[in-house]
Amino acid sequence: MREVAVVSFAQAPNVRRDTEHNEVEILSPVVREAMERSGIPKADIGFTCSGSSDYLAGQPFSFVTALDAVGAWPPIRESHVEMDGAWALYEAWVRLQHGDIDSALVYAYGKSSPGDIREILSLQLDPYYLAPLWPDAVDVAALQARALLDATDFTERDFAAVAARNRSNAKSNPNSQLAGDFDADELLSSDYLVSPLRKHDCPPISDGAAVIVMAAGDLARDVCERPAWISGIDHRIEAHGLGVRDLTTSPSTTLAAEKAGMNGNIDIAELHAPFTHQELILREALGLSESVSINPSGGALAANPVMVTGLIRIGEAAQRLIDGDAKTALAHATSGPCLQQNLVCMMRAA
Amino acid sequence: MSEPVVGFGAPIRLEYNYTPGSASSRYLRSIAEGRIVGQRCPNCEKVYVPPRGSCPTCAVPTAEEVELAHTGTITTFCVVNLSFYKEIEPPYVCASILLDGADIALFHLIQEVPEGREVTMGMRVEAVWVDESELAPTLESIKYFRPTGEPDASYDSYKEHL
Amino acid sequence: MAETVETQTAGLSAPHVLEYPYTRSVGPVIGRFLGGLRDRKIEGIRTKDGRVLVPPAEYDPVTSEALSEFVEVGQAGVVKTWAWVSEPRPKHPLDRPFAWALIQLDGADTALLHAIDAGDESKMSTGMRVQVRWREETVGMITDIECFEPEAAS
Ligand SMILES: [Zn+2]
Repeated sequence: MREVAVVSFAQAPNVRRDTEHNEVEILSPVVREAMERSGIPKADIGFTCSGSSDYLAGQPFSFVTALDAVGAWPPIRESHVEMDGAWALYEAWVRLQHGDIDSALVYAYGKSSPGDIREILSLQLDPYYLAPLWPDAVDVAALQARALLDATDFTERDFAAVAARNRSNAKSNPNSQLAGDFDADELLSSDYLVSPLRKHDCPPISDGAAVIVMAAGDLARDVCERPAWISGIDHRIEAHGLGVRDLTTSPSTTLAAEKAGMNGNIDIAELHAPFTHQELILREALGLSESVSINPSGGALAANPVMVTGLIRIGEAAQRLIDGDAKTALAHATSGPCLQQNLVCMMRAA
Repeated sequence: MSEPVVGFGAPIRLEYNYTPGSASSRYLRSIAEGRIVGQRCPNCEKVYVPPRGSCPTCAVPTAEEVELAHTGTITTFCVVNLSFYKEIEPPYVCASILLDGADIALFHLIQEVPEGREVTMGMRVEAVWVDESELAPTLESIKYFRPTGEPDASYDSYKEHL
Repeated sequence: MAETVETQTAGLSAPHVLEYPYTRSVGPVIGRFLGGLRDRKIEGIRTKDGRVLVPPAEYDPVTSEALSEFVEVGQAGVVKTWAWVSEPRPKHPLDRPFAWALIQLDGADTALLHAIDAGDESKMSTGMRVQVRWREETVGMITDIECFEPEAAS
C-alpha cells in the first residue's frame, strides 16, 4: 500500500441554525483554511471528493453548486458521494493508491436546519415496508437502545454518563455546539424523547462543514512536520432490514477494524456515535480498553452536522497526531440507520 | 394465492425553511429596492449576478458589490412551446441575458417583441419591473425583458459569456 | 413580502416545499406480500437453511441466494424490542401515544417493524404478545396493518 496521510484539517463552527450562509459560503473559508495549512497550492491538488445529501436543505444538486467553494477551473478531477464525507475520504485514499497523483482535497457539508432532519432521515429506510410508516431517526435508534438495555447490563444511567463525558470533553473544542458539565443523575430526571432515549441521548441538530487535505509519501513529509499516516482503512455494511440484524452488536465495525489493521495500541478513538447507546455498542465492537481516550472532541453528541460528522472524526483524530498530542488514533464513521454501515480509519504518527 | 400488488403511490412531501445565505440575500434585497447588485471577484475581476458569495473559478469570496445596468444583451435563447405556467401562453422566449457590466448571464423571459421582429442572439434588451408597490425580494420583481430597439451587439462583445 | 422574514442584517428565508409524487413498483416478492396483506394474510419467505423472513426479502440477507418459497405466518407474535412515542409526529401512523416495535410473528424468524396501539407505556414490555389490527379497507400496502395491539387474553 502507498503511504497516504492527512496533512491538514479544518472545520466550520457547528451551529444550530446558520441563516447567514449558504453551503458555499459555509464551505469557502473552511476550504481556504485547510488549503493554506496544507501548504499545497490549489493547482497541485490531484483529486477532489465530497460528501453531502441534497435532501437535507432541499436543494437538488447542491453538490454541483458547492464546487464554487473549491474553484473547479481549469477543470478538476472530482467525485462526490451521497454519504458522510468519511466515505469521500475513503474514495480519495483509493484514488491516491493509483500512484499517479500525490494529493487530494476532501470536503463535506450539511445544513440540517432548513428541514426536519428526523423526518428526512426516514427516507433512507426501506421504501416498501418502512418509509410508509415514517419511523424517524430517533424512533429507530430508540428500538436499538431498548434492545441493548434488554440484552446487556447497561442502564439508562450508562447512556447518560456517555452524554455527560462527551459534552464535558467538548468544552475544549471551540467548534462544538453542546458543551458543558452535566451530572448523569440529573440528566436522568428529564423526560423521555422517545423512550428509552432522552434528549441528552440524542445528537444536537447542526449546520457545518469540514475539509481534509491528504498527501502521499514524500509530499506529505515535505508539507507537514507530523503527517497523520493512514495505516489502514476499511468499511463494511450489514443488511438493511432492522429485523434481520442483531441491533445490540456491530459486526461490521469489528470487521472493518480488523481489516484496517487495528491492534491494541491506540491513544485516542473518535467514534461517530450520534446516540449515547451507540458509543457503548461501538466500544464493545472495537474492544477499546479503559486507557483509550474516547472522543476528546466531544463526538457527535456535541455537534452533529449530518454528512460531515464522520469526516470530522477522522479530522479530529488526525489533528491530534499532527499536533503531536497522540501517536496512534482510530477514527470511526457510520452511515445508515442503527449503525448499519461502519468505516474504521487507523492512523499513526511517523 | 392473492393477486400480487404491482406498485403503490408513495408521495413524499418535505417542508423546508430555505435560507439562501448572505450573497443571495443581499442580491434579493437589492431587487426589492428596484436595483440589481452583483459581486466582483477580487482576483479575476469577473462580476457575478446573481452572486453566490464565491468566485467559481478562483474560489475566493466575492465581497465587492457592483450595481448593474438594467439593460443587457441576449447571449442565447430558446422558444418554449410547452405550457409550464398558466400566466404565460406558449410559445414564448426564454433567454440568457448578459447585463451590461456583468460576466455571467441571467435567465429571464423576453416579451414585447415588436411585430415582424424575431428574437436574435445579440439583441439588446431592458428589464421591465413590476410597480414599485409590488417590489419584493424575488426575481419576479422583474416581469420580463423587452427589446430596447438599439442595434444588435456584435458577437465578439459577448462570445466569452456563452 | 409576507413570506420573507428577518431584519435587514439577517439572511433571508422562505418556505420551500419539495414534493415527490413517487410510484413504487415492487417486484414479485414484495408484490406478493402486499397482495397478501390486502387479503388480510401475512406471508414470509423461507431461506435455504429453513429460516422464515417476515417481511419477505427477494434474496437471503446472509447468503444472497434468490428466495421463492412463501410461507403463511401467524397474525400474532412477540415484541423483540420497542420504543414509546409519547408525542406522535404528523406523519406517524397513529395520532395518539404509541409504541414502535420489532415484532416476530409466530412462525417467523425475523422481526417486522410496526406500531403498537397499547394506550400507555406501562402496558409495554419486551416479550409481550401482540396481534395484528387490520385497517377497515385494505389496498395492498404495509399500512393495511393499521397497527398491532396487545393480544386479547383468551
Ligand atoms: Zn475569480
